[in-house]
This record gives sequence, structure tokens and C-alpha cells, in this order.
Amino acid sequence: MPKDHGIGASDKRREDVRFLTGAGHYTDDIKTYGATVAVFCRSTVAHGIIKSIDTSEAEGMPGVLAIFTGADFADVGGNPAGWLINSRNGEPMKEPKRPVLAHGKVRHVGDAYAAVIAETELQARNAAEAIVAEIEELPAIVDMAAALAGDTFVHDEIGTNQCFDWGWIEDNRAATDAAIKAAPHVTTLELVNNRLVPNAMEPRCSIGNYDAGNDSYVLQTTSQNPHLTRLLISAFVMGIPENKLTVIAPDVGGGFGSKIYHYGEEALVLAAARKIGRPVKWTADRTEAFLTDAHGRDHVTKIELACEKDGTFIAFRTETMANVGAYLSNFSTATPTFLHGTLMAGNYTVPNVYVNVKAVFTNTAPVDAYRGAGRPEATYSIERVIDKAARELGIDPIAIRRKNFVKPDQYPFTSAAGLEYDSGNYDALMDRLEKHIDREGFAARRKESEAKGMLRGLGLNAYIEACGIAPSNLVGVLGSRVGLYDAATVRVNATGNLSVMVGAHSHGQGHETVFPQIVGEMLGIDPASVEIVHGDTSKIPFGMGTYGSRSLAVCGSAMVRATEKIIAKAKKIAAHMLEASADDVDFKDGQFTIKGTDKSVSFGEVALKAYIPHNFPLEDIEPGLEETAFYDPANFTYPSGAYACEVEVDPDTGKVRVDRFIAVDDFGNIMNPMIVTGQVHGGLGQGIGQALLEGARYDDDGQLLSASYMDYTMPRADDLPFYTVDHANGTPCTHNPLGVKGCGEAGAIGSPPTIVNAVVDALQSAGKNFTHIDMPLTPLRVWESMQTA
Amino acid sequence: MASVTMQVNGKSVSKDVEGRTLLVDFLRNDLRLTGTHVGCDTSQCGACVVHVNGQSVKACAMFAIEADGAEVATIEGQANADGSLNVIQQAFQDHHGLQCGFCTPGMVMTAAALLKENPKPSEAEVRSYLEGNICRCTGYHNIVKAIMAASGQDVAAIAAE
Ligand code: FES
Ligand code: FES
Repeated sequence: MPKDHGIGASDKRREDVRFLTGAGHYTDDIKTYGATVAVFCRSTVAHGIIKSIDTSEAEGMPGVLAIFTGADFADVGGNPAGWLINSRNGEPMKEPKRPVLAHGKVRHVGDAYAAVIAETELQARNAAEAIVAEIEELPAIVDMAAALAGDTFVHDEIGTNQCFDWGWIEDNRAATDAAIKAAPHVTTLELVNNRLVPNAMEPRCSIGNYDAGNDSYVLQTTSQNPHLTRLLISAFVMGIPENKLTVIAPDVGGGFGSKIYHYGEEALVLAAARKIGRPVKWTADRTEAFLTDAHGRDHVTKIELACEKDGTFIAFRTETMANVGAYLSNFSTATPTFLHGTLMAGNYTVPNVYVNVKAVFTNTAPVDAYRGAGRPEATYSIERVIDKAARELGIDPIAIRRKNFVKPDQYPFTSAAGLEYDSGNYDALMDRLEKHIDREGFAARRKESEAKGMLRGLGLNAYIEACGIAPSNLVGVLGSRVGLYDAATVRVNATGNLSVMVGAHSHGQGHETVFPQIVGEMLGIDPASVEIVHGDTSKIPFGMGTYGSRSLAVCGSAMVRATEKIIAKAKKIAAHMLEASADDVDFKDGQFTIKGTDKSVSFGEVALKAYIPHNFPLEDIEPGLEETAFYDPANFTYPSGAYACEVEVDPDTGKVRVDRFIAVDDFGNIMNPMIVTGQVHGGLGQGIGQALLEGARYDDDGQLLSASYMDYTMPRADDLPFYTVDHANGTPCTHNPLGVKGCGEAGAIGSPPTIVNAVVDALQSAGKNFTHIDMPLTPLRVWESMQTA
Repeated sequence: MASVTMQVNGKSVSKDVEGRTLLVDFLRNDLRLTGTHVGCDTSQCGACVVHVNGQSVKACAMFAIEADGAEVATIEGQANADGSLNVIQQAFQDHHGLQCGFCTPGMVMTAAALLKENPKPSEAEVRSYLEGNICRCTGYHNIVKAIMAASGQDVAAIAAE
């Protein structure tokens, strides 16, 4: 029976009221007195040498307050990569500087080489157009294989376009090679994980403010993690002391990864605000977002699956080229490696896994973590090749997966790719999936479709991901330059209500609703009296923000720990009030009671007492009721799932229609089922978008062909079905206090292979002899493959 | 500069604007009605949908002076007189039809226009009417469900989760 309040209840979201009435505050909604506008001059060529930049005409134009070029930032630092990856030969990755503004060379279309600050946007745009840059065009490096083979370099100083050549686990390479050589059956598949643009609906926006009186700065910006942004700006890019820089991310209109990273525009508006002594605002238009937001995916992979004739897996081996674009974005080196290679055993007991990833610089926008980040790429490769192997061996696609699943009694299970899965039950997920999909009815549904001239296919998939990012110890060993704990401060105010300051930052996930559900239940108080404070480095403890399905698993755990400390201290205060020993005091439903008596005080009375500490034994109890906890997880969490879908393919047009989609997930314990379901829906929308519609395309000259909603196909309401979502039977995470695993990315991870498997199934039913089409499965691609198959 | 006068959410406003000022910028910058959002530069995302003389329009595709003399309704004026959420807004909250909230004002305004034209739309009709509104967060399931619920239809059966 679902609860009607507290942990596990589908509380309606309190933040909705402001969003539904136009009262939200997104960064661009901030209208500061005296604010000026920044506009950037962006390269129209993919690769070129900046010979000269003539700003003389622009400087004299109406309203112009300042102009910046790369030379102005030549002496400040660069925007760093957060993970150091070492190549197989032990060499550290190549790490060219990523400047605030391009200097010397432009390296992708959209690379900013100058910025104008003016009184109005129009004046800034006019002046930006009057800046004359002489750029000597160089051959554009777009294709990854050509980039590795060629002798033109995106970064001349490193003399190669290869960032690293990574092996995981290098020591397992020989054994994996030998196992594949000796295997009775090997299935090989070459596939492209298509490049995507995250497309949060709110474009990026940053406002720089400088207070000369205090020599301090405030940056208001569209960020998933204000403290990380502050750290990067302070420690690496501009050298502003952290205590002189406040970063505030107000309401954030979606992120999906793209707003994790620090971007040069943020540094520019701060420098400009200081120079002119007024606030400086920059708001991306959608074209700029397409050209400069970090893109996602863009892997080219060859995967081999070696197995016995009965379908028992022996080895997975992959070779991947991963595009990192023109510069290393903050997580770009972790995404194709530790968020990808370590998941390459999937849900399976396969004994041998070897992954090779070459990261490649190209003259394209930087590529970084986008919803799922590495794990969608891993799942896609694994689950596509399994489907192909099942067909080759004549084994049922569910049976082959079940045969190789890690079994419930094997946890903790160390996978051949080196992670220790703490919990799960993949067979149980598959059981539930089979219940939902009515497989027996499929043949009849296929007949019905065929009667309409349509082909019907059923696609299946199982996935595992690593979430709750991340255990600092482990990621430190793997090359992370930061810790990935989180923090929460629980402040009980004198009048009994609470302010809870958290390091996570909601950009749609509903933290303002769910976090109070948890604290409210723990303290036996009304969640409405708990206010979440987030997104402002001057108010919150140092946390690492929201991404990697980490908010609840990591920050929520910190909040639980801080609340436990509150309870412990409140017990002491209650004991003092009741003239008892703290050990004799029970806390239940908001009341502190001396065991075995009816003598009690309420939480509210204790809160008030904490701030009016008359007669306090000050040597034992400090006044006040406020506690902070930092929480560093012991391990990743491992959500998993089993997905299925049925598609109808029109053989005359190649159009694919998703008829039904079923997602069964294990997210561990569920705090708010309504919100969790919504997260799955959103992930499915993006994953189905990747499978059927979306693709960022550069032409050979490095021009982005899909730089607007006219050319980049976003999933719209009529592209998608109602989904069936089931997350009722999770296995709790064993190592965090709430037993939660995280749900933000699952849908985007599990859905692309499900769709492609279904389309392949549909086309095979028409006797078409082919085994793969690369995403997106647009009508043209499907139709063309049908003609050639 | 040209002078424009319009009724916005029932209140008369007059301002001098440049001829090139878009209605959406007029609402956001001149009137500080920042609930109407800008999500694209090609008039395709629908984050900016408002009503002009009862018709839903993309406020990024219209100049402010074109709305001279018009009645304009924005998300800020949609709640009931007592400040409570109207039926559509309430349905969006009840059915979790929003996450980040950025597309939401446009969705609500579009939904209102749809239900005025078609008080009991089918799922397919809702989906097709939302052609000009992009949401990146919700996968649309709960938006479609909310709009159908707002029209008084029983959505429990058609979209269980
Ligand atoms: S801003 Fe008007 S349609 Fe996108
Ligand atoms: S709720 Fe975020 S774009 Fe729709």
C-alpha cells in the first residue's frame, strides 16, 4: 500500500507552483540594475590561425564599454579536465590548454575569439559585427580515423590528435585475446554511438558582478554544481580566491550534463564586470547552445562477443574511438573511460573483458557527459552484440541474457571489468518484464501489423549502470582530480522549522519536495516546515552538485547523517529538559520521551530550548541546533533494468513508430515514486530520441549542419508513446543509509538498444538479411537499408 | 520608437518600444513578466507561447507593436482569482507534468488554447497539438496525461504510470 506522506509517498512537488505561475527565477530572468550585455564573436571556420583581430572600429561604436580578445586572457589559466587518464604505455593523456577566449588558433565553429560588452544587446551585436578577424583557414579535422592518421593537428603543441590510448583492464588483454581466439563462436559488430546535443530547454546564461568595495565577485549562472564551477574558476582559470567568489545557480531549466561544466563565458563575464564596474550578462541563443554546449556520445566502436555454442559468454572485447572535440571539457576524459569501460561486463558473469578507448581531438565542439555518460555507450555496444549473437546462435534473446546474468546469490559480485556490484536481481527484473510484455500475444500483434502492411518487431534489453557518483577513494585511484562526496547542513531554527542546505542542485529533479519528505519523516515533523536551500555557494556547504544520479544517493545520504546528528544532539537537550540521561530518552514521531514514562517534550520545544539555553550545561551541550555532514560513498550504486519495446516499421517509408515501451528498473528503495517515474519517462524520451531522431552532424569542413531545431530533430510529443514503468521491486543498495541507487539516467541508458533491437527484429521478419543500422534510425536510413539488404 | 498600448493579463500597459522589439522581449524586459521564456531562435520550441486576443501565439515570432491594442494573456495571469492554480495548472502539478519548468509556461498556454478549441481531445489530438512545444525533461507522458486530465477525462486507465 503506497504511503500518503513521508518516505515512499508520491508527494506533489512544491516547486511546481512557482513554475506553473511564471514565478520561477531562471538566470536570464534576473534583471540587475545597470546590467550590461556581453556578445561573443565566434569562429565561422572549424580550424584556422588567428592572424589579427581589429577591434578599432567597434571600440568607438555607440554603447560599447569594453572589448576582449584572447590576448587579454593569455596570462590566466585554462579550464582543466577533471580526470587524468594514462595511456596503455603509461604516458599521461595530452592536455592542451583550454583558454577563456581562443588565442592563436580557432578550433571549432563557434569557438569564441572576442567579446564585446555594451549597454544593450543590439549595440553589442552591432559592435561584434564590426570586429574584423583575419583567420587563415586550415584543413578541418572532423573524422576520427582521419584525425589519428593525419598530420594536421587540432593542437599543434602536442603533435598528435590522440588524447590517450587507454586499456581496461590492460592486464586482462592477453587473456581476453586468447579466450576469443579459442572460442567456438565470436560475434562482431561495428557501431556508431551517434553524437547528440543535450538541449536543455533553458539556454546557458551567466551574469558577472563585481563589488569593488570588497574586491569580491558574484557569478549567477546556469549550473548543475555551483561549487565545482567556483573551484574551477578560482583554482585554475582566474585565480580569484574562493572566499571572494560566490557562485549562484538559481532555478535551472534542465541540464542533462551540459551544465556541469565550467565554460569560458563564465570567466569572461566576471573579468568584464571587474573591468567596467557593472554587471555583465550573457545569454546564449539556441544557435550558440548548439555550437558551444558540450555535446554527448560520439563513439565509433567495434565489439566482439565470444561465446560457447550454448550462448555462455566467454569474453567481450571492444575497440572504441571517442571524440573529445576541440578541447577537453571537465569530465570529457572520464566519460569514455571510467564511466564506460568499467561497465563493459554488463549484467553478466562473463569472465573476460577488455576495452580499448582512443580519445581523439577534432575540430568540433567539446564532447562530455550527457545523460548516462559512457554507460549508454557501454550498454548499447553490449546489448546490440548480444542480440546479434543470439540470432546467430538461434537462441532466444531473453534466454541468452538469463543464461549469463549474475545471480542473486553472487553479490557482492566483482565483474570482469573491475567493479563490485553490491546488489541486484536481474532475473526478477526480467520476470516482471515478461509479465508486462505479453510475449505470447506478440505473434498475433505482428499479424495484425502485417495485415496493415506494417512490420512489427520486439526489442529487449538489460542494463546495469554505476551511479551515486562517486566514492572518492576509488575515483582517485582511477584518475579523478576531485573528490565526489557531498554535503548537507541541517539547521533547526528556534521556532522549529528547518533550513536544509545541500550541495546537490536540482535542475528539474524535485529536491525541494523529496529531501523534506526524508527529513520530515526522520524528525516526525511536517515536511512543509523543511526548506531546501541550494545553488548558492555562500549559503551551502561544499558539495559537488547534481549529475550521475547522485543527488539522493550521495547528498541525500549526507542529509540523513546530518539529521541523525541533529537527533543525537536534540536528545541531549531533551534529556536536560526532562532531567534524565540521554540514553534514557526515546525519540519517536517528533516526541522525546523518557523510556517507560509519559514524560516527554516535543521536537519544537527542544528546538526553542536550543536557542534559549538558559540553565544549559554548557560544558556538555553547545547552544544551537545545526549540524553538517559530509558523505563519501563506499562504492558506486548499481541500478539495473530490463526493457522491452514493440515498434512498427512502415516498409514503404522506413518510418518507425514506437507502439509500446516497457521499462522495469531496480533503483533500490524509492523515496517518491511519482518523481522516479517522471525521471524514467524523461530518460526514455531522450533515449528514444537518440535511437530514432537525433544526430549532431558536421560536414567535412567542420560546419555543424544541425545547429537549430529546424535541422536537429528533437523528440516531440507525437514521436513518443505512453510508457509502462515499473520500479516497484528494487533491491536496496547495501551501502547507503536510504538504500537508494539513483534513477536519473536509466531511461536514456536502457532505451536506445531496445529500440534498435526491435527495428532489427521487425526488418528481419520481412526476410531482410541485415543485422545492424546505425542510429538515428531515420526513415531514410531504415528505408535505404531495406533496399540494400 | 513607437508607442504601444495593450491589455496584459487584464491590465492596460503603455510603453515606447523600438519597432524591432519582439513581443517576448517586451513582456520579459519591459514588463518584467519573465514567466514567458525564450528557448530558441527559430520559433520552434514553444517556451514563449502566450495568448493574443485569445489565440495562442509564439511571442518570439511577433513584434510588440503588432500587439498594439490587443489583449495579451501570459502565464502570470492564469491562476484563479484567489491565487490558486487553475484547472490546467493543477493537473500539471497533480500528474507531474513538469520537471525543470522551463517549457511549462508555454505548455500550459498551449494546453489552454487546445482545450478551448477541443474540450475533450484524444491522446493523438493532444500529441499533435503539442507539435510546436518541446519539452526535454518529461518525455511528454505526464504532459499529455495532465492535459487529458484537465479536460475531465479519466486518465488512470490510459496511462497507468
Ligand atoms: S522562443 Fe519562441 S518558439 Fe522558441
Ligand atoms: S520540464 Fe524541463 S523542458 Fe519541459
